[in-house]
Amino acid sequence: MSMTILTVDDSRTMREMLRMVLSDAGFRVVEADDGINGLEKLRAEPPDVIITDINMPRLDGFGFIDEVRRDAQHRAVPILVLTTESDAEKKARARRAGATGWIVKPFHPGKLLEAIRRVAA
Amino acid sequence: MADDALTHIKQTYFAECEEQLAELESGLIAIADGDRDPETINAVFRAVHSIKGGAGAFHFDDLVRFSHVFETALDNLRSGRIEASPALTKVMLRAADTIADLVTATREGGAIEPSSYQSVLDELAALDANGGEAEEADEFADLGFEPIVVSFDDADMDAADGAVTADGRNLFTIVFKPLRSMYRNANEAGLLLRALGQIGDAEIICDDAELPVLQDLDPEESYLRWRIRLTTEDSEDAIRHVFEFVEDDCDLQIWPGHCDEPPAAVDPLAFLTSADDLPAIAQDGALANAEAQDRAVKIAPPIVHAAAPTIRVEIDRVDRLVDLIGELVINQAMLAQRFVELGVERGSPVALSLDEHDRLTRGIQNSVMAIRAQPVKSVFQRMSRVVREVAAMTGKSVRLDMEGENTEVDKTVIEHLTDPLTHMLRNAIDHGIESPEKRLAVGKRAEGSVRLSATHRSGRIIIEIADDGAGIDRGRVREMAVDKGLIAHDALLSDEEIDELIFHPGFSTAKEVSNLSGRGVGMDVVRKSIQALGGRIGIASRPGHGSIFTLSLPLTLAVLDGMIVKVAGETLVLPLASIVETLQPKADSLRGFGVEDKLILARGAVTPLIDVGLRLGYRAVHADPLGCVVILVESERGGRCALLVDAILEQRQIVIKSLEKNYGLIPGIAAATILGDGRVALIVDVDAVIAGHAGPHQSVQRIQPLQVSA
Amino acid sequence: MSNVTNLKTAEPWKVIAFRIGAQEFCSDIMSVHEIRGWSPATPLPHSPDFVYGVINLRGVVLPIIDLSARFGFGATVPTAQHVIIVAQARKRTFGLLVDAVTDIVTVNDDLIQPTPNVTSELGHHLLRGVLVLEGRMISVVALDEIAPEDEREVA
Repeated sequence: MSMTILTVDDSRTMREMLRMVLSDAGFRVVEADDGINGLEKLRAEPPDVIITDINMPRLDGFGFIDEVRRDAQHRAVPILVLTTESDAEKKARARRAGATGWIVKPFHPGKLLEAIRRVAA
Repeated sequence: MADDALTHIKQTYFAECEEQLAELESGLIAIADGDRDPETINAVFRAVHSIKGGAGAFHFDDLVRFSHVFETALDNLRSGRIEASPALTKVMLRAADTIADLVTATREGGAIEPSSYQSVLDELAALDANGGEAEEADEFADLGFEPIVVSFDDADMDAADGAVTADGRNLFTIVFKPLRSMYRNANEAGLLLRALGQIGDAEIICDDAELPVLQDLDPEESYLRWRIRLTTEDSEDAIRHVFEFVEDDCDLQIWPGHCDEPPAAVDPLAFLTSADDLPAIAQDGALANAEAQDRAVKIAPPIVHAAAPTIRVEIDRVDRLVDLIGELVINQAMLAQRFVELGVERGSPVALSLDEHDRLTRGIQNSVMAIRAQPVKSVFQRMSRVVREVAAMTGKSVRLDMEGENTEVDKTVIEHLTDPLTHMLRNAIDHGIESPEKRLAVGKRAEGSVRLSATHRSGRIIIEIADDGAGIDRGRVREMAVDKGLIAHDALLSDEEIDELIFHPGFSTAKEVSNLSGRGVGMDVVRKSIQALGGRIGIASRPGHGSIFTLSLPLTLAVLDGMIVKVAGETLVLPLASIVETLQPKADSLRGFGVEDKLILARGAVTPLIDVGLRLGYRAVHADPLGCVVILVESERGGRCALLVDAILEQRQIVIKSLEKNYGLIPGIAAATILGDGRVALIVDVDAVIAGHAGPHQSVQRIQPLQVSA
Repeated sequence: MSNVTNLKTAEPWKVIAFRIGAQEFCSDIMSVHEIRGWSPATPLPHSPDFVYGVINLRGVVLPIIDLSARFGFGATVPTAQHVIIVAQARKRTFGLLVDAVTDIVTVNDDLIQPTPNVTSELGHHLLRGVLVLEGRMISVVALDEIAPEDEREVA
């Protein structure tokens, strides 16, 4: 049975690009356009992996991850953060928020899939 | 297939860019007006951030470069490092215009000469305060924790000292001990080990020496460590990459060769295995929790006006649906016709079912039309940039007020509104609004105002462009018309008729064709494009006070409630919305006028009587009014006339079919439709008939209704 | 001033031949969508005399050009035997009213001769050349010129 990945990003373009790569690789993709939506989708159907952007309206990536990790049920879901820079400060912040890993935008499809393999079975 | 997907995503990207650009502009305008809500500034930042993100993915380098500088400036603004001053917002608005141009150029496959926007870039860069580093340092200070910068300088480690196999692969020993914090982030040792196995042959040994007995086990603590002997073609970097996410949350040692201890000479990592460091990192975890809690408090409350759920549908699909609905309506009419021919009685169950069917069809039709309806906001918003640019170019000061941006109109109408509105605004600012000096001299505010408004009225959408400028210089217009031979020098024209002259092809009131308006686009082109949409345009002007252009457009392009009439053996359709009354003319209400024309007294007003059959060339002689039916119709601007037809057949909803698609424009005819019997019937352009333009010769002179005392 | 030189390609192509009065004409079959029997048309006010009117072609309003009138032979008095050839040129779809369809022929450019330079009203711009085939003379119609014009207000 294929894995379900929840993508959380307010950019339609980014969601479409992720969907293209992920579904080609056999994943089932669920989308949300901001942190609040992401939480709704998460509670409706726990995904196997979450990929989330940082800059979003209503509830940003850090806030979203934080909320996810608070919920005992979802403490163990791997979360990959989409970041535009690979500087140490952003990564450290992501880790502190509870992110499992990160993907640098613009993302390389191969690297995205490889990162997913490192955090999800 | 991948190409199609990529093209599709590009389309999505550019469509999204348009939305982001609109957000950007409206946000910046709000900020310029004094809005300091952090969410507004954040939204503006996100807009540029989003544009940059996609541009990066598609390698639109120029766009990436510009948006990066813009984004940095916006980041400074949102973090408070710089203040939103009028000077700053002005630069940002220019940057917004530039980025919009770059997006357009990129989308069309062109490029913009970087030197043309270098000044904007310089000004943006100048906004970048130097507080960058300070902020980051502060964040770490909060934690009471200093990041340990460890340099894995492995220049020595790569030496060929027993670390390479016979077939050239590298040997490494890896000791990996996850810390408690690693699991908190949902990382799993097993997956990392599996990843190692994918870059080479891995021999993995688990060391559970630290594992306590079950009752002492803390389920969230980490007790296991692994030793891996890896043989790989890759370098140490590849190994580090596997542990990229967790490098701060684990003890990781890597050395060349398959030996249990790292080579003695190179041991820069020894301090990491010291137990002394563990509390520091654990402390990090506790502090991280505290910080996270702080952050939780700052989560924004849900938006009050949550957008209704939407789905995206390709426009082709909607168009197809609209076409099918159109066919359904025609089919419905044909069915009704058959019923009549078969002699089915009106009140019979079958007829009632057909009525119900008709009701349902209309219902579907309305719903489908509503799908394509969009607020004019998108077009209006584009106009604020036009106003900014034109004002700047002409050295005038203009503010744009908008009303009714949420008024909805069919998508196809929206697409065709931009050009006419742009030209009219250009005209209004270029020719209408006076220079600040002139305005002050006549007692007006230096800043001119243009009001763009949209509203629904009697089944149409009315768009007005009103300016408070000098109005139309009628003396000059009249003079020019005489010069161009459009009117005789002694012709008597009302004010409205002079105003109408500006719609004449080849007419331009500017003495020197100004930089903008004279680009070969006159008001006649504007009028034609509005007419092509089934609309009309009128003008009202008061010298010294300003002018108002009024556009009237059908709400949807495809259907119309019509009255089917018979004229000289031909079937015609009159739009129901234009009809005031129908009447049977009486001899005593008819009058002759001049040589040819006839008048009728209707509703107390003297109204021109137009013989439609004659006017459209179906007949060479006048019909006898007494044997006909008179239909009183009214134009958008209130002008009236009485149309003489042979008979009224019925009232029905009809689907509008374009004549222009395969033929062209016919004066006096708006479009065509297909009736229940499958024949084509023409739809009369009532306004053109009232204005006297339905005849074979267009002339400026026409009957003046309502101003003649009988 | 015929455009025959543009037609010179190596490939053979097909034409559909039709009759107007005693003369034969033809058109590139690629521009022809379908052939229909005659049906009464709705006249268009203020239109040139060669515009016969418009008919309903499956929901599309199709203008019909009376080719006889267009070529200056006088208006057609249509009967049920007449034929409407639905063609496309210059992004417009329109119908040609002709007497009858005679043939579908494969031709190649060697068979096309320039339009003879006579003083007839059958303006050169309406024809692309003349096809000579087994003793028949078939004038090749320039559909682009016959098609209703774009910008002109027909009045």
